[in-house]
Amino acid sequence: MQYPAWEDLELGAAITTPGNASNLKTGDWRSSVPVLDEDKCVKCGLCAVYCPEFCIAEDEEGFYRPDLYYCKGCGICAVECPKEAIKMQREGE
Amino acid sequence: MLSKEEIKFEKITAKNLPRESLISPGHRACQGCGEILAMGMVMKAAGPNTIVANATGCMEIVTSPFPETAWRVPWLHVAFENTAAVASGIEAAIQMLYKKQKIKEKPNIIAFAGDGATADIGLQSLSGALERGHNFLYVCLDNEAYMNTGIQRSSSTPYGAMTTTSPPGKKSIGQCTWKKNVAMIAAAHNIPYVATASPGYHLDLMNKVRKALAVDGPAYIQIFSPCPTGWRSKPEQSITLAKLAVQTGVFPLFEVEYGRFKITQKTKELKPVKEYLQLQRRFRHLGEDDIAYIQERVKAEFERLKALASLDA
Repeated sequence: MQYPAWEDLELGAAITTPGNASNLKTGDWRSSVPVLDEDKCVKCGLCAVYCPEFCIAEDEEGFYRPDLYYCKGCGICAVECPKEAIKMQREGE
Repeated sequence: MLSKEEIKFEKITAKNLPRESLISPGHRACQGCGEILAMGMVMKAAGPNTIVANATGCMEIVTSPFPETAWRVPWLHVAFENTAAVASGIEAAIQMLYKKQKIKEKPNIIAFAGDGATADIGLQSLSGALERGHNFLYVCLDNEAYMNTGIQRSSSTPYGAMTTTSPPGKKSIGQCTWKKNVAMIAAAHNIPYVATASPGYHLDLMNKVRKALAVDGPAYIQIFSPCPTGWRSKPEQSITLAKLAVQTGVFPLFEVEYGRFKITQKTKELKPVKEYLQLQRRFRHLGEDDIAYIQERVKAEFERLKALASLDA
C-alpha cells in the first residue's frame, strides 16, 4: 500500500474517502466457503441480516449471495439459515 | 422522569428492513464477530444522516487502520474516557449551528464504546453527559472483557469467566465478581430511554435504536456482542450465543421508557444457563456447583426485573 507523505495529509489526518477499506481483500482469510442450494432457498434474506461482513446482497433472481472478495467464511449464514440451504465447504474442494 | 408518554418513531419490520450498510466490507474484524454485526445493525437503523464518536477498542481498530476507513458516515476516534463528553460537544455544536440556521436538519449523534470504555474508564463522562441531558444516543457494545488488548477482565465480565487477568486454577474460579449492570446505572439517571438489545433479535435491536433516536434527550442502549476470539467459542455460533444469552436470562432484554420498565423478550420461561455456558471455552472449568450458583443468581435477577416491569403494567 502507498502511504501518503506528511505534506499530503489532511488537517488532523482526516480520511476523506469514506469506506475505502473496501479495497482490502478479506476473502483470503477464508478456509471454508458458503455454498447455496437454490432449491431449498426461500429468499428470506436472513443470511444478509446476520452477515458480519455486510457482504451478502440480493442478485437479479432474488437469491442472496455472498461477495467472495470479502467473505471470511465464518459460517454464521449456514447456521442461521432457517431452511438449511447454505452449506460450508472447504476452500478449493 | 415518569410519564405516560409514548415514543413516536418509524417502525422497522421484516418488509422495510434497511439494507444499505454504512460500514463497508473489508473491515478487519475477526471471523464471526458479533460486535461489528451489532454496530452495523445500529447504523442501518440510524441511517446516513449520523455523526459517530467511537471510543478506543476493537471497533475503532478494525474499522480505521490509517489511511483506510470502513465508515461511510462522519466518524471521530476518541479516547477511552471521553466518548460521551465528545458526543455532548458535537451535540452542543449542532444545536448552535441549527440555531444560527447554518444547517437545516439536525443529524443523529451516536457514541459507540465497548464495555471497558463504558463500565470502567468512561463511566464518569457517560454519567456527566446523561445528567446534562444532551440529545444523543450512547451505545455500549458489551463483549464482556477488553478483547482488543488481549482479553483482560473488565467490570462487565461475568462471574466465572476465564480471561488472561482472571485465570482459573486451584485457588481461583476465574472472574470472581458479578457483572456490573450499567443499563441499570443509566436508568438511575432518569433519562428518557434505556434499553438492552442483542444482535440475535435484529428487529428488536433496530426498533430500540429508532426509539432511542426519536426521544428528545439522552438515550442508552447496551448491546450484547458475542466475541468468538475472547470467549473461545466457534465463529459460526455467535448468533446462537446471542439468542441463548437472552433465552437463558443471562442477558435479559428490557427497556426503560420514561422510567417505565418493560421486558421486551418473548421467552419468559428461562432455559437452563448450562446451555449457554457449555458453548464457550471461557466457562469450561466450571463444575456443576458453580453452574447451579450462577443459575440461582440469574433467576433472582430476572425475577427482580419482572417485579420492576409489573410496577407500571
